[in-house]
Amino acid sequence: MTIVLALVIGAAFGATLDRIGATNPNWIIRMLSLRNLHLMKTILLAIGTGSILMFGGQMLGLVDVLHMSVKTAYVGVFIGGLMLGGGWAASGYCPGTGVCAAASGRKDAWFFIGGGLLGAAAYMVTYPSWKASGLLDKLAGGKVTLGSVPGAKYDGLMAMSGDLLGIILGIVFVLVAIVLPERMVGDGPAPVAAE
Amino acid sequence: MPLNWKTGGVLLGFVFFLAVLLVKPIGVSTQFVILDAIVADVANPELITEPEAGTYTSTNAYLAKSNGKYAKNAANPLNYSFVFVIAMMIGAFMSAKLRGGIGADERKLPAIWYANYGDTPVARYSVAFVGGFIVLYGARLAGGCTSGHMMSGMMQTSLSGYLFAAGAFAAAVPVALLMYKKEA
Repeated sequence: MTIVLALVIGAAFGATLDRIGATNPNWIIRMLSLRNLHLMKTILLAIGTGSILMFGGQMLGLVDVLHMSVKTAYVGVFIGGLMLGGGWAASGYCPGTGVCAAASGRKDAWFFIGGGLLGAAAYMVTYPSWKASGLLDKLAGGKVTLGSVPGAKYDGLMAMSGDLLGIILGIVFVLVAIVLPERMVGDGPAPVAAE
Repeated sequence: MPLNWKTGGVLLGFVFFLAVLLVKPIGVSTQFVILDAIVADVANPELITEPEAGTYTSTNAYLAKSNGKYAKNAANPLNYSFVFVIAMMIGAFMSAKLRGGIGADERKLPAIWYANYGDTPVARYSVAFVGGFIVLYGARLAGGCTSGHMMSGMMQTSLSGYLFAAGAFAAAVPVALLMYKKEA
């Protein structure tokens, strides 16, 4: 059963990434160079929509709170984020959109996957030194959410209801998606190449 | 042309919701490690072992961490998270075909590369390869990528998701502006 769900949800995710332009490095680089934020608006609206539905569903008892999966916070998260950001802008791909782009026929995305497999292997080998450096040690309690979500396995940074805060932040994401301009860098209409 | 952001955003938001409603939040980058481990275990069968039925460990400290959960997934590739990534590729392939496929020019070189660096496929493929290396090294150091940390993480209001997004954009915006001065 879980394999069927993996096939259905995975295929829906891959198809959606393709349809919103996220598997296209031109759209990723337009977004990251702040010249056309159409994809940014899409992603912000998606995070907001997902948040409102998930926390709303949890408050109504329709969504199992134990399905939440919160990752640990540590200094390495920020350092790793910086690295990923640099490679993301240079290549126009991140792990999920890279595999989808390769499947949709983009040759450069196969090189991205090859480099990615080598990079992941390099981390596997160097993991003990990161562990010893202390940069993987928990920050602020590690697996924490901003508010305290009733019934969750995770602590909240603030005592405020995590469900309510999740819905409020969800609405904020939607509002930012709406007010964000199409273009922040350069003049004229936001660039869209024929492709 | 991609979907309008309103349609696309709501659609993507529903996919995130469906994932957490039925199973768990979406994540991708761990599966690069799993594929590496599957291949490495074929080359060196000593890498992943099963000392007791159902319990796995590895001579590699990273695969052995968290009670050998990565070792276990690599020993049983037909698990939810690995099949999920294969299904993403199938979904993207079918979606691209349904909208008429990607043109030969784009398949060879994205327009933004062509506008900045001309017809230089070897340079582009090298940048994609090095970029992939840095992206996956960084994602594994961070414990997640754009999917797991940024989208799923911020959706759940997790502190780590915000920390990751701050790092990713702090590096991505200047690199994009420096490397791609011409628009396309």
